[in-house]
Amino acid sequence: MKRIFTTISAALLALVATVAVNAQSRSALRINEVMVANDSSIVDEYGNRGAWVELFNSNFAPLEISSVYLTNDKANPRKYPVPLGDVNTEIPARQHILFFADGEPNKGTFHTSFTLTPGQDNWIGIYDADGITLIDEVVIPASLLPNQTWARTEDGAGEWALRTGGAHDYITPSSANIIKDTNKKIDLFAEQDENGFAMTLMAMAIVFSALLLLCLSFYGIGKIGEAVSKMNKMRAHGVTRQDADETLTTHDSGEEIAAIAMALYQHLNAHDTENTVLTINKVKRAYSPWSSKIYGLRHVPEHKHNS
Amino acid sequence: MSFGDFLYSNLVQFWELTGFANAQFGNFVMLAVGLFFIWLAIKKNFEPMLLVPIGFGILIGNIPFNTEAGLEIGIYEEGSVLNILYNGVSAGWYPPLIFLGIGAMTDFSALIANPKLMLIGAAAQFGIFGAYMVALALGFSPDQAGAIAIIGGADGPTAIFLSSKLAPNLMGAIAVSAYSYMALVPVIQPPLMRAFTTKKERLIKMKPARAVSQNEKIIFPIVGMLLTCFVVPSGIPLLGMLFFGNLLRECGVTTRLAKTASNALTDIVTILLGMTVGASTQASQFLTPQTIFIFLLGFMAFIIASSSGVLFVKLFNLVLPKSKKINPLIGNAGVSAVPMSARISNNLGLEYDPTNYLLMHAMGPNVAGVIGSAVAAGVLLGFLA
Repeated sequence: MKRIFTTISAALLALVATVAVNAQSRSALRINEVMVANDSSIVDEYGNRGAWVELFNSNFAPLEISSVYLTNDKANPRKYPVPLGDVNTEIPARQHILFFADGEPNKGTFHTSFTLTPGQDNWIGIYDADGITLIDEVVIPASLLPNQTWARTEDGAGEWALRTGGAHDYITPSSANIIKDTNKKIDLFAEQDENGFAMTLMAMAIVFSALLLLCLSFYGIGKIGEAVSKMNKMRAHGVTRQDADETLTTHDSGEEIAAIAMALYQHLNAHDTENTVLTINKVKRAYSPWSSKIYGLRHVPEHKHNS
Repeated sequence: MSFGDFLYSNLVQFWELTGFANAQFGNFVMLAVGLFFIWLAIKKNFEPMLLVPIGFGILIGNIPFNTEAGLEIGIYEEGSVLNILYNGVSAGWYPPLIFLGIGAMTDFSALIANPKLMLIGAAAQFGIFGAYMVALALGFSPDQAGAIAIIGGADGPTAIFLSSKLAPNLMGAIAVSAYSYMALVPVIQPPLMRAFTTKKERLIKMKPARAVSQNEKIIFPIVGMLLTCFVVPSGIPLLGMLFFGNLLRECGVTTRLAKTASNALTDIVTILLGMTVGASTQASQFLTPQTIFIFLLGFMAFIIASSSGVLFVKLFNLVLPKSKKINPLIGNAGVSAVPMSARISNNLGLEYDPTNYLLMHAMGPNVAGVIGSAVAAGVLLGFLA
């Protein structure tokens, strides 16, 4: 029996561990914005302009992407492995990283071994370290002009749109696709709930609901507990449900029990001769000079308050 | 350069690094505040476990030094020792650890035996939202107002946790204000309790609570965590740790863990939390008109919270049968200053009837207040973060 329990526990633990590992996997990595022909956009560290692919970590925790694969060929998912050993391959939470698709991997970690071709559809995929699991993919339409990008409408979101570099569809290599200068939630509260009445109403309703829910649950649990305890007593005393109410009294309260004990003590003088009970337990303590009173310089002073 | 000039220039350079050369008026004001906190703790015995670390932290944080010297000693200087310790506050992981300890040392029996007392803990959260409305009227933005208002929950760790998320720049003032008022609970609450109750009400004797089985005590943290966190997932860090600590205590098979959580761990985190919160109150950041508003709002939040708890009990009594009436003196305990406010209920009850012990009854709303303020913090975080 014990072995079965151990096996089940181990299996559950393994399941939990697998789920935990999956939760931290690279599945949160997203292709976020792509430029195929770059004439006037960002330059790389060598001063060259090339096609670029922006990746986004949609996790709320840092994500290490070394050994994932970037590719533009479905038949060759392992085309460009992100090299190991570069500290810059860890993307902070909700941040971006840029790869130049210039076909010159020897230039550094962020230069892929493939290029993108203007004037035709370009498929780009990211595969996990196993080279089988497709994490994300996108097809960049052939209609994309130089210095335009194909980007998600919002970081990590499902919708893609063309960005021409205008005032409202700006191009954002290595930064958020929507640049937020204010917190919309807070702006909305400031605008719609100037005096805080709505917040008070909603929040108090939630606080009351949560505690009311807890309150009702424990009424229920308490009632069940009482019923179970009564049934146990009935079973112990061998009485039926009908005469249980007459024969079984519930002196559950500690105060009642204490009062009965006190009454018995006073009535019967039920204590023997001594006034206190002395219990002697052998206490073993390992000796250490660090805890030794002999070596202690003095006692820690204790401040006495007049209450 | 002559040897004399060499000595002189080095001594001048050294002088420029000393606190005396860099001192400003604000530093001395804050040093006086720190000394006052230490005095309150030692002489008046006001929350010494909190006020001694905070008071000494204020002294540490307000030693003037040349910030441009790159000495990496200030609490706001990346990589300094104090900055590393302060990470528990700024990233918000000290408060959940304190909640773990609170859970491990709290007996929820009173609440389980009489679950309706939970509603008092909910009512007292009016203090938070009353202060929120006034803070908005004073011109604070909604996120700042939410962070300030949480002082009304009378829960230091929750206040630090929420302000670190919503208004990190106000955190020092909010934390010091929250802990100061928690220390002043015995001064603030009794006059309010007297003002809002009649003598007849203060003499109400409540029926002793039923005994709670071990099973119920074990079920409570599990069901409590599931229900409250399903309603307010943003409260998971605080509520999850609170109920986890309580399960360690009640399950009976993790006594060692419960003891560590409630003693050593809580003590360690309290020392670090208090000291770093104190040290974060550097004069340049702390001595602003906003701080005065925060202290005023905190005071007001405490008054509303305590009063609304008492008034709610009076209201509740209107619908309760005569035999189940609640003594409104336990209403103040809806704020989560555990166990200080419950003790005040008890003392005041004994003042009017020396046989009326309210402590265990007051512990119900008191621990419900802890849950309530964590839920309220979760709501504010969910709406405003």
